[in-house]
Order: sequence, then structure tokens, then C-alpha cells
Amino acid sequence: MRSPIFASGLILAAGMASADAPVLTIYTYDSFVSDWGPGPQIEAAFEESCGCDVQFVGAGDGAALLARVRLEGPATEADIVLGLDTNLIAAARDTGLFAEHGVDATGLTLPVDWQDSQFLPYDWGYFAFVYNTDLENPPTSFTELAASDARIVIQDPRSSTPGLGLLMWVKAAYGDRAGEIWEGLADNIVTVTPGWSEAYGLFLEGEADMVLSYTTSPAYHLIAEGDASRTAAAFDEGHYLQIEVAGMVQNSAHPDLAREFLTFMLSEPFQSVIPTTNWMYPAALPASALPAGFETLIQPDTALLFDPDTAAGIRAEALEEWRAALSR
Amino acid sequence: MARRAVPISLSTGAGGAVAALVLAVIALPLGAVLLRADASSGLGPADWAAVRFTIWQALLSAALSVGLAIPVARALARRDFPGRRALIALMGAPFILPVIVAVLGLLAVFGRQGGISAALRLFGLPELEIYGWQGVVLAHVFFNLPLAVRLILQGWLAIPAERFRLAATLGFSARDIARHIERPMLRNVAPGAFLVIFLISTTSFAVALTLGGGPRATTVELAIYQAFLFEFDLGRAALLGLVQVGICVVAGALVIGVARPNLAAGTGLDQPVRRWDAQTSGARVFDGVMIAAAAAFLLLPLLAVVLRGAGAIPGLPPGVWMAALRSVLLSLATAVLAVGLALPMAILIARGRARGLLEVIGALSIAVSPLVIGTGLFLILRPVISPTAAALPITGLVNALAALPFVLRALVPGIEQAEAGYGRLALSLGLSGRQYLRHVLLPRLRRPLGLGAGLAAALAMGDLGVITLFAAPQQGTLPLEMYRLMGAYRTDDAAGAALLLLLLSLGVFWVFDRGGRLNAAT
Repeated sequence: MRSPIFASGLILAAGMASADAPVLTIYTYDSFVSDWGPGPQIEAAFEESCGCDVQFVGAGDGAALLARVRLEGPATEADIVLGLDTNLIAAARDTGLFAEHGVDATGLTLPVDWQDSQFLPYDWGYFAFVYNTDLENPPTSFTELAASDARIVIQDPRSSTPGLGLLMWVKAAYGDRAGEIWEGLADNIVTVTPGWSEAYGLFLEGEADMVLSYTTSPAYHLIAEGDASRTAAAFDEGHYLQIEVAGMVQNSAHPDLAREFLTFMLSEPFQSVIPTTNWMYPAALPASALPAGFETLIQPDTALLFDPDTAAGIRAEALEEWRAALSR
Repeated sequence: MARRAVPISLSTGAGGAVAALVLAVIALPLGAVLLRADASSGLGPADWAAVRFTIWQALLSAALSVGLAIPVARALARRDFPGRRALIALMGAPFILPVIVAVLGLLAVFGRQGGISAALRLFGLPELEIYGWQGVVLAHVFFNLPLAVRLILQGWLAIPAERFRLAATLGFSARDIARHIERPMLRNVAPGAFLVIFLISTTSFAVALTLGGGPRATTVELAIYQAFLFEFDLGRAALLGLVQVGICVVAGALVIGVARPNLAAGTGLDQPVRRWDAQTSGARVFDGVMIAAAAAFLLLPLLAVVLRGAGAIPGLPPGVWMAALRSVLLSLATAVLAVGLALPMAILIARGRARGLLEVIGALSIAVSPLVIGTGLFLILRPVISPTAAALPITGLVNALAALPFVLRALVPGIEQAEAGYGRLALSLGLSGRQYLRHVLLPRLRRPLGLGAGLAAALAMGDLGVITLFAAPQQGTLPLEMYRLMGAYRTDDAAGAALLLLLLSLGVFWVFDRGGRLNAAT
């Protein structure tokens, strides 16, 4: 365990490095840079070779991160913005703040094809309902879930990125029937929380049978806690993807350094940190390189995903369907 | 009026300056957000539905909190029993807990796996359904009942013991005492308590969402999140912030119209209160039941927090302890700042100068969305200073202003009493403003000052608010660190951090409150 004295030594060292080395400022969401997130290890790994000082700035979740960049506009101090997902890409692109990354992305290991000249993925996951293995007759589809007595807790799409992901999942699976599905789910929903942490906390305290999270969530309990009692329900409709991306800012004072970071982002030293810190699948690492335990996770047959423009286009309508169905 | 005939000009200017500062910290950020806004969609039907739900649940929460607090405070004021002091101190705890900690504590008692539902299941009865408006109101009463009890208890203890003795000599019945002594005091104290609880419930976000069960329980604060984060419609976010100001102004005007300064209160020696009217067995049983019920309602969820977190405290990572240290320092600074700001303003209010206006200004800082204020401050400060460098001072200032209404509520009745009793004496002695403050006012205000500083410190400790917009990764406060642990699946460590937060909040509250509470043991 790191002692506070050692930690302050690190801060001193960082301060000395910043005196002459260029500073690469990376805006990201808060959990990425916490002591338990990927941030600290990635910072150390990149600083070994870049001759630079990496400074993370954390801002809430993905949506808050984008809001911050939009508030700052062209005067933003960010060189890199890391932590947007596919539902936010269209709005991010519209700001005109992002540059072409120019990085070769042929080595990606996403379940879908990726072509985007501005945003590069660094990790991804399938949304899924997580439950305790002692749950009887776990549902295998939204319709089964709606017909069952299972109590679920979900996140609000207006304040949470997983909540928005679920909205897109239902829409992608059922299209015009989405409102109907939500009406069926209404009596299964215990409550709707502001963010992922509250929902997952309620689930762990036994307030719900299932919680909206990721297929990778059981890996945390298995690997970090040695607890194999949580699993994710595989749904016949397929599972919606969350792909988390980074982009470099047009006005960056260090464009070469920023591009170097994006290249580093797809390399093994960055990618191998992701599975057991962000608990997501790395975007450029073969399955054989995943830590032991990941092979126990469910593998959905179908990956669902709207392209960024479609996602942005149907968002308001999907939200209204959700609100109307759950307000009855 | 005799109340105004006190030798002070010292604090008039200072009080006005504080009021102007509060206004500026609310109005400038709102203006900055409006200025930065592009075309806005304006407010739609869903927004007005949110306004209606917000006002309705806040009225219910405030009415229940104050209504239940009156018998509890009366029982605590006139009964002595072992552990009374500890109970009063502990009862302050829910108010300062981070929302998710309090919610999980409540669920341990009232939730699906909670004790009550488990007992109901034993008898084959249906489980308790906490999710819905009832859960929102339950949580708001849990948060705010202790605050109402403390403010009203303060009013009871401020009634001079001589008056009860005189009432006994005159053969007053309990009903006579209620009419001539207690009700005038309540008319002075209760509306202010109602106002702050109403306003704090109107800005509820996480409670309303987590326990509300779904989009039916959408509050104005959530509509602001949606406008800001989901649609990036800054104009609508700022408009909703203005709606919050409107709610505050209307509620403030109504409440202050009802409240009457307690002019009839006399001045007594600060002696223990003996109540000759309350010795009947019926009154004893009633008081006992009230105290036991309030204690169970407030303390069982806290006990759940303690049991859940105790095991994890020794193994908490060092980062959490560093965050705890930062939070303690921040909360101490906030307490000093809050009391320093509140005192001159409270003196002005107590003297009746622009009373209604000042009360409303003082309450604005809890009525307006921290997200809007934080965003506005960010826009204003960013061209001048790095938001990260200013994170802790800004958080301290915003927290101090957010505590202002509570400190004012604690101070104003006490100042009114002191001025009514000693103002003329001080005038006849020719004391200067400074001498008057030091020798007359401050010694009389020990209890309310202690309570006010304790509330401010504890509130600052539990606050997550603006720090999330400004802080760098290494600057997290304890509540932020707790949320980070939760976000990283580390629920056990998060429970430990929550308990640490609870203990530290209670600790700072106790330290400040203790000085003032020395007389409160009766």
C-alpha cells in the first residue's frame, strides 16, 4: 500500500518534471482518474517515453465532460478529450473543436467495424442486466423480463450514460415498439437512479434482482473479490454496445504529442491496464491477452449499435417514449 | 421601537455588504449562464410538471418535518434523561450525510431487505413499498426533522425559566402556557424552520430520483441536469434557475408574512427550565413516546451505516485519509466564514431592517441549483484564474453561503431576545458598538453561534456540490472520494468512507455545538 509520504514524493517529482517538459492536458471523466481507475498507471506508462508531463482533469461523467468542453469552447486547455461514447460523438463533432487523429486504427478488436477520422475507441462493453446466480429463471429477453416478476433498477437517461445506453438498446432492438416494451417493463422497475453508482449500490444491498450494468461487471467480483455469484443475463435481442472514445483538440498546443498519446492509447501498455481498472474490454487487445476470469463472461451473439448521427437523431423521441411509458 | 434603540452602527454596513455578496454570488453566475446560452427552447409542459411536483413534495416534506419536530422538541426541552445530550447531538447527523449514504441507511430499515419488510414477511404481510413519492417525503423528513427539532428546541430553551415559574405561581394550566408562552415562540421560530426545509427540499435531486421510482418524480433540479447535460440548453438551465429564485421569493414572502418576532419574550437568568405543568403522567408518557419514536426513526438508519462500514475503516486506502484531512480543514474554514458572514446579517434582520428582503436573500443560496451556480462561477472565473487552483476556496465560499440560511435561523431569534432584554441597558451605559457586541451580544449568543457553526461545518463536510466541477483528481474531498469508490465497484470501502464521513461530520458538529450547548443540558 502506498504511503502518503511516498505519494507526496510523487507529486514533487511530477512538479519537477513539469518545469521543462511540455504538459499534455487530458480531460476525462472522474472515475478514470481516481486512484482505482486506469489514469494513474496510464500516466506513469506514457510519461516513461514521452518526455512530457501528463495532467488529467476529471469532470463528472461522459456527458459532463462534453458539457465542460462545450462551455470552454475554442479556449479549452484540453489537448485530448478521453471518455465520450458513441451517443455523444455527434454532439462532440458538431462543436468543431476536434481534429483528425490520423492514427492507424487497423488493429482494433471491437465487435463492429470502426471508421471515424476524429474519434478513436480505447475500450468498449456490452450493456447487460447483472444478477445473482441464485435468481430463479433469469429472463433471456426484454419481453421475458417484462413478463417476469424480476425487480430491476436502472439509471435515468437524462443524467447517466448507461441510462441513455439502455434507451438506445430498447430502441435498437424494438424500433417503433420501444414504447410498448417500456410499458411492459414499468412494473419491473424498482426505481431509476441518477447514476450508475447508486443503481449498482442498490442492487448490491439487495433492493433489486437485476441492475443495468455491463457484461464485464461480474469480472470485478470474480477477479477482485473472488466471488463468482454474479453474472449477466444474455438477451436474445442482442446487446447494445458502449464504445468509449478519445479525440484530440484542434487548438492543442502540442498536436504531435497528442497524436503520440492516441497511438500509445492503442498499444499494449495502455490497453492492458483497462480490463482490471475500468472493467471494460480493451479496444485493441486480442481476447487471448485478457486477464484470467474474463473467459467466464457471457458472449452476446449480436452487437447492437446506432451510428453517432442516428443515435443523436432518435434520442429525443426515445426519451419521450420512455418518459411517457414510465409516467403512467 | 425600543428594539432599535441599541448602540450599533458597526454591523449595519457589514450586514448590507454580506447581503450584497450573497446576491452577487447567485445573480452573477445565473447571468453568466444566460449570456453564454445560445437559442433556447424555453420551458415546456414537462418542466412545469417538474415545478409542480417539486413544490408539492417540498411543502409536504417541510410540513411533516416541522409538524413532527414540535412535540419532539418540546419533549426534549422539558425532560431530562441519561443520554439526552448525546441524543441531541446524534440527531444532527442525518442532515449532513451525503444523500446516497442516507438513502442506503434508510433502505436498510425501510427497504425491501430492510428490517420492517423482513418483519412483515414473517407475518405473511406484504412488504413495505418505499419507492414513490412516499419514499421521497420519508427521506426528506429523515434529513430535515433533526434540523427542525434543533431550531425549535433552541426556541424553547430561549424562553426564560422565570416565565414558567411565574406561570406556575399563577396556576396556569398546560393549555394556558401553550397559548401565552409557547405559541408566540413557535410563531417566531417555526416559519423560518419551515422555509429553510421547504427550500432545501425544492433543490432535491438524488433523493427524489433514487427513491422517487421514475420520471413521475422529476424535480426542477433534474430538469436542470437534463437541460445542461442531455441537451446542453444553457438558456433553459438558467431559466429553470430563475424559476427556483421565484419559488424562493414567493415562499419567503409568504412565510415571513406569517412569522412574528417574539416581542413578548422577556429576559431571564439563564437557568434550567423546570416545567410544573408537565408533571402529569399523561404528559410524561407522551413525551417519552415522542422521544423514543424520533430516536428510532433517526438512529436506526444511522446504525445501519455504522454496522455496514465499521469493518472497512481500518483498511481504507491512504487517498481516503488524505481526502478526509482536506474535508476537515475545509469544513472548519467554512464554519468560521459562515458565522462571520451570518452574524452581521442576523443583527440587521433581528433589528427589523428590511427583514423580509434580507431573509429571502439569505435563503436564496439553498434555493438555487448548485449546478447552475457552479457552472456560472466556472464561466466567470475561468478567464481570470484556473478553476482547479480556485477549487477549494470556491468550494469553501459556496458552502459558507449555502450554510447561511441555517446559521441565520439559529442566530436571529437569539439576537432578538438579547436585544429586547439588554439593548436599553447597553444604551444607558453608553456602550460602543464594539463593546456591545463583545460584552452583551456575543456572550448571549453562545448557544446559537455554536449551533450555527456546527451546522455549517457539518454541511460543508458532507457536501459534494461544486467541488465536482472544479477539483483536480488529487484534490478530492471525502464525499467525492466516497463516490469514486462506489464508481469503482468498491462498495465495502465506500461504506467505510461513508462511516468515516459520518463520524467526522458529527465530530466537527459536536466540537462547535458543545461550547454553546453547555447550558442546554436541562
